[in-house]
Amino acid sequence: MTRKFQPTFAITRRTFAAGAGATAFAAGIGPFNIARARGGALKVGVLLPRSGYEAGIGQDCQRGVAIANPILKSLGYSELAIMNGDTESNVGTARARAEQLISDGAQLLVGAFDSGETTAIAQVAEQKGIPLVINIAAAPAITEQGYKFVFRNFPKAPTIVGDAFANQKEVFATVGKAPRTVVFMHVNDTFGTAMAKGINAMVPKFKMPYKIVEEIAYDPAARDLSVEVAKAKAKNPDALLVVSRLNDAILLTREMVKQRFTPQAILSMGPGWYDDQYFKALGKLSDGPISFVPWYDPHKKLTPVLQAALAKAYPGVQLNTNHIFTFEALLVAADAYKRAGSTDPKALAAAIRTTNITNNVSIGPGISFNAKGQNDKVKDGAIQNRGGKDVILAPKQAANAKPEWPMRSYRSRS
Amino acid sequence: MPLDVYLNVAVGGVLTGLVYGLMALGLSVIFGVVRVVNFAHGEMMTIAMFIAVVAFSAFHIDPLILLVPSAAVLFVFGYSLQAALINPFITRPEHAQFLLLLAVAIIISNALLIVFGPDARSVQTAYALASFQLGPLIIDASKLYAAAAAVVFTAALFAFFRFTLVGTAIRACADNYTGAQVVGLDVKRLYALTFGLGAACVGAAGTMLTLVVDTTPLVGPSYTLLAFVIVITGGLGSLPGALLGGVLIGLTEALAGLTFTPSLKSMFAFAVLVLVLLFRPQGLLGRRSA
Repeated sequence: MTRKFQPTFAITRRTFAAGAGATAFAAGIGPFNIARARGGALKVGVLLPRSGYEAGIGQDCQRGVAIANPILKSLGYSELAIMNGDTESNVGTARARAEQLISDGAQLLVGAFDSGETTAIAQVAEQKGIPLVINIAAAPAITEQGYKFVFRNFPKAPTIVGDAFANQKEVFATVGKAPRTVVFMHVNDTFGTAMAKGINAMVPKFKMPYKIVEEIAYDPAARDLSVEVAKAKAKNPDALLVVSRLNDAILLTREMVKQRFTPQAILSMGPGWYDDQYFKALGKLSDGPISFVPWYDPHKKLTPVLQAALAKAYPGVQLNTNHIFTFEALLVAADAYKRAGSTDPKALAAAIRTTNITNNVSIGPGISFNAKGQNDKVKDGAIQNRGGKDVILAPKQAANAKPEWPMRSYRSRS
Repeated sequence: MPLDVYLNVAVGGVLTGLVYGLMALGLSVIFGVVRVVNFAHGEMMTIAMFIAVVAFSAFHIDPLILLVPSAAVLFVFGYSLQAALINPFITRPEHAQFLLLLAVAIIISNALLIVFGPDARSVQTAYALASFQLGPLIIDASKLYAAAAAVVFTAALFAFFRFTLVGTAIRACADNYTGAQVVGLDVKRLYALTFGLGAACVGAAGTMLTLVVDTTPLVGPSYTLLAFVIVITGGLGSLPGALLGGVLIGLTEALAGLTFTPSLKSMFAFAVLVLVLLFRPQGLLGRRSA
């Protein structure tokens, strides 16, 4: 007698319908999964230019990420689950990586150092309803779009420029001298162009003692800046006013040495000139430039904590803008998560909007956001490279050194 | 603006252009004989740049000393690449060759990225920041040495093609492929040799360029594009044309940057290319095809 085989999981119409119903239900509630109850760590997608021509600065920002969790824990916050994304110094890639991180489960985004890349990420964040806390990006338009999920704890280009001019005047007053002519050299990317627009508009408004005798825009990815320096030198200016990135700051310095050109001062209103990579690449030649940048207040309680953590994790690396504001972006995220008690993006965004952190690192009264999502209280400092380190010249409440003016000739340093 | 500023910038442009010319020479040699457009040209140069960077950082070997060894390494690389990978594609459609070499380019740049990371690296020789003053002229020592080495290397290559039997055989292949086969030349081996020589030019140029610019794994495509602009301007397949094109583009970029705005340097280089294509499509020293 043969026995008929009976499958143990025979699919009947009833089981198929039940399975399909369950699948549909699961799929249906999928979108609501984002509003998970608090339990695990907040998943934070950190987007930075880790490769490409901005890689040096992107990787420097990453140091601020690497040291954040133990400090946040010591401040009573939950640790964050960091998801890394590389924008490759490219706007298109930044957009794609932001989408990827969100689809991989990121509940909040942080980034992305570059204004162009950050603009693209902000569009994605707003569209998907995931909060973005900008670490560094100065283009004003980012927080002028009426976005509900985009927050910036970094000054806008006009604020950087305004503070820079105020700090310049303070430095000139301290040394009792001021340049009469400057050549303005700037990168021609989104940040550089926005800064140039602001500087040109505000020099007359601030009644600066100098006149811009030449403006030289150049490609931040340029391989050779000899023509740019020759053009600047030909004007024989008292000082150079620069808006740079890291690689071009190094290239400009090398060219000035080769072309035997040392202005009285290099006044930088952007990144590059105070970076550790700048010190490392140029040694004695790195001394002298004065940078007007959002910086740390050495007198704040959290500053030595951040400095110690950085020194422990990266011996020889000094605290700078990249670490400060990347860390503070994560501080904002951790603080919002604590107060929201949820990973729901709307709850997180609402909590970020009511941020009021006074135990922070950057110059200014603390971190809070206006209706546009902008921290309009964060301030710039004036810092000078001296003996391979940065000293703070202005504002008075944060200063720890007097300016060295004029710069020592490059030729006398070899 | 004072005349000496123009003079300084022009000298700098010519010196850089000579190194560019050597780089483009490799592309011209390969195309002139093998009739394959090397889309991995810039990436091959990046290999040479990293050889120089590593040799300097590990053993303090000056790129000027490394010129010949680096060219030899790239020669072997180019020879092997042609013999193993490109020869089977010689008779295939051009788009298949393009895709093959683009794939090679992507593999090279990503391999370099994995090994060396994305940071810019430089070779800081004792004379890296030195310059010579001749009256109003200030000449960058690194650019001068790099350009001089490029001229010597180019002269040696010209001599090889003109005065050696192998060089003559390669020229015969370039002039008449069928004729070369009829007289019994080993065309496949000569093609591999030519590709190796082109790669050696790139190796020498890359090694010299580390004296002038920083190195990153992703600089390749911009140099490939630059090499194309130079050889098309000078005349595809013409060796003196490549050198002339290099000097012309170097000079144009420098003077345009000084006279107008440096942001527009590349635009002027491309403008020269467009003018050449309009009024002398075969390039400045190229031969008009029948």
